[in-house]
Amino acid sequence: MGSALKMGPAYFPTILSSLLIIIGVISLVRSFIQQGTPIGSFTFRGLLLVITATMLFGLIVRGAGMIVALPALVIISAYASIRFRWGESLVLAAGLTLFCILVFLKGLGVPLPIVGLWFTR
Amino acid sequence: MELIANLSLGFTTAFTGANLLYCLAGVFLGTLIGVLPGLGPTATIAMLLPVTFTLPPVSALIMLAGIYYGSQYGGSTTSILVNVPGEAASVVTTLDGYQMARQGRAGVALATAAIGSFFAGTVATLLLALFAPPLAEIALKFGPADYFSLMVLGLIAAVVLAQGSLLHAVGMVVLGLLLGLVGTDVNSGIERFTFDIPELADGVGFVVVAMGMFGLGEIIRNLENEKLRSEVVTKIASLMPTKEDWKRMMWPILRGTAIGSALGILPGSGSILGSFAAYSIEKKVSKNSAEFGKGAIEGVAAPESANNAGAQTSFIPLLTLGIPSNPVMALMVGAMIIQGIQPGPAVITEQPALFWGIIVSMWIGNFFLIILNLPLIGMWVRIIMVPYRFLFPAILVFCAIGVFSLKNVEFDIYFMALFGVLGYIFTKLDCEPAPMLLAFILGPLMEQYLRRALLLSRGDPTVFFRRPISATLLTLALLALIVACIPVLYKKREEAFREEP
Repeated sequence: MGSALKMGPAYFPTILSSLLIIIGVISLVRSFIQQGTPIGSFTFRGLLLVITATMLFGLIVRGAGMIVALPALVIISAYASIRFRWGESLVLAAGLTLFCILVFLKGLGVPLPIVGLWFTR
Repeated sequence: MELIANLSLGFTTAFTGANLLYCLAGVFLGTLIGVLPGLGPTATIAMLLPVTFTLPPVSALIMLAGIYYGSQYGGSTTSILVNVPGEAASVVTTLDGYQMARQGRAGVALATAAIGSFFAGTVATLLLALFAPPLAEIALKFGPADYFSLMVLGLIAAVVLAQGSLLHAVGMVVLGLLLGLVGTDVNSGIERFTFDIPELADGVGFVVVAMGMFGLGEIIRNLENEKLRSEVVTKIASLMPTKEDWKRMMWPILRGTAIGSALGILPGSGSILGSFAAYSIEKKVSKNSAEFGKGAIEGVAAPESANNAGAQTSFIPLLTLGIPSNPVMALMVGAMIIQGIQPGPAVITEQPALFWGIIVSMWIGNFFLIILNLPLIGMWVRIIMVPYRFLFPAILVFCAIGVFSLKNVEFDIYFMALFGVLGYIFTKLDCEPAPMLLAFILGPLMEQYLRRALLLSRGDPTVFFRRPISATLLTLALLALIVACIPVLYKKREEAFREEP
């Protein structure tokens, strides 16, 4: 870790981590003493769907290609809305896929396959 | 006289066809995202950073800057027409702006916002041009200890001005600093906090963090309750304010500009604090204070001027000291570093074309905005009507592809998702993510300056108090912290932020 004169790589992290531990302890103790505000509505559905959709996109985009992964992303995340309707979302997915292929893949040259490796091998 | 020479250098840089186009694109895009609720300048700039890699540095920064101050214009449009703030700093405009709209005075409200914004933007740009060079000269006298203390001050200010619990904000700052340290230590070559994951050897990408916490986190938060919108005012009569209106808006615009300019420089706030402060002060000072909240034109003019002034002056710490004063500026630091420009006081002398080009383009941008916004009102209104359930999947798509395009690794997408979860949980737990992003950018820098300072002082930690600049800065930081803790002011701080959605 080194000394103040010759700071090792662990010097700053140690100081910061110690600080964080202290803050955490204070916060913990405070939560037992003080009355806090309730957390309020927590959207499990929204959280789950958005995160799952994103992770899924990352997992399958190279394998299945944009043409599968992008609509999946759009539809799964759109499902999080209480106003979700299949017709609209499919149109949105199609439109966005087309837009992204044109702008990102052809226009900006992002190396993502339109049809993925699973299908072209 | 030097000012004239500098400004003409700026003009030649900013007036090229390409840069004018980028400026226009930036302000247009900025207005668009300002109009759209749920999408703010932070997430947008984060999304566009990958695109700016391919652009020359001046053009990239001109466009990104345009997005930021452009979003302040756009935010007021939804505030006035739909009673929904399109952007955090436009919250206050909903109070009187929407009321004016319901009274059939939507056009006047929009015009007032645009006029105030233009005036403020112009004045603030002038301030930037006047005060940046002398400030940069002072900054050249800074030693590593002074820089360290400045960053401490910046982070403390961000904590004090953050919403929510003070303690948690400090915790977020420390967390951000630690996060910034992830990766290979420059001095020793040893990997820290990487858990043997190769993708982390270069550290966590700030675009990943920014998009995750601000982009995804915001989307998830908006999905909590998809409110039915207030009735949208679509009939917009005349845009011209009456003579009486002009008289009434003059002083609020002047005051708002002054307040916004001053507060924009302070680290941690950007344009938000300015608009709140300007509204409160205007209400106290105005003869027509009884009308506030029921459609007083002053209630639109003052905050709108303040938020635009703040957006421009928040560039001052960035362009002179190289220190970001809010998350958007932090992203600008990132953009500059990617372009190979080291932010700091040397930028003015080493890259005068860049510096003055950006400043002049800000004025051009404000000009574009006032010309764009008033005739295009109809278009903005139609865009406002796009339901959020179409918008957020699109945002998600742009985030995912955008973050992938940085290093072409899927890992970044997963990590962004992780920060999305964290961002959401943090906001539910009353921990403001903005100070964390600021600290994240400053973390490695702070460590470097700390190391250098201690090296120069031979391990003596009192150097931070013996150097006059450093001592002043640290004292200010301490004062800010104490002031924020005093119970009376504590309550005021909570009150001020309670109106924020």
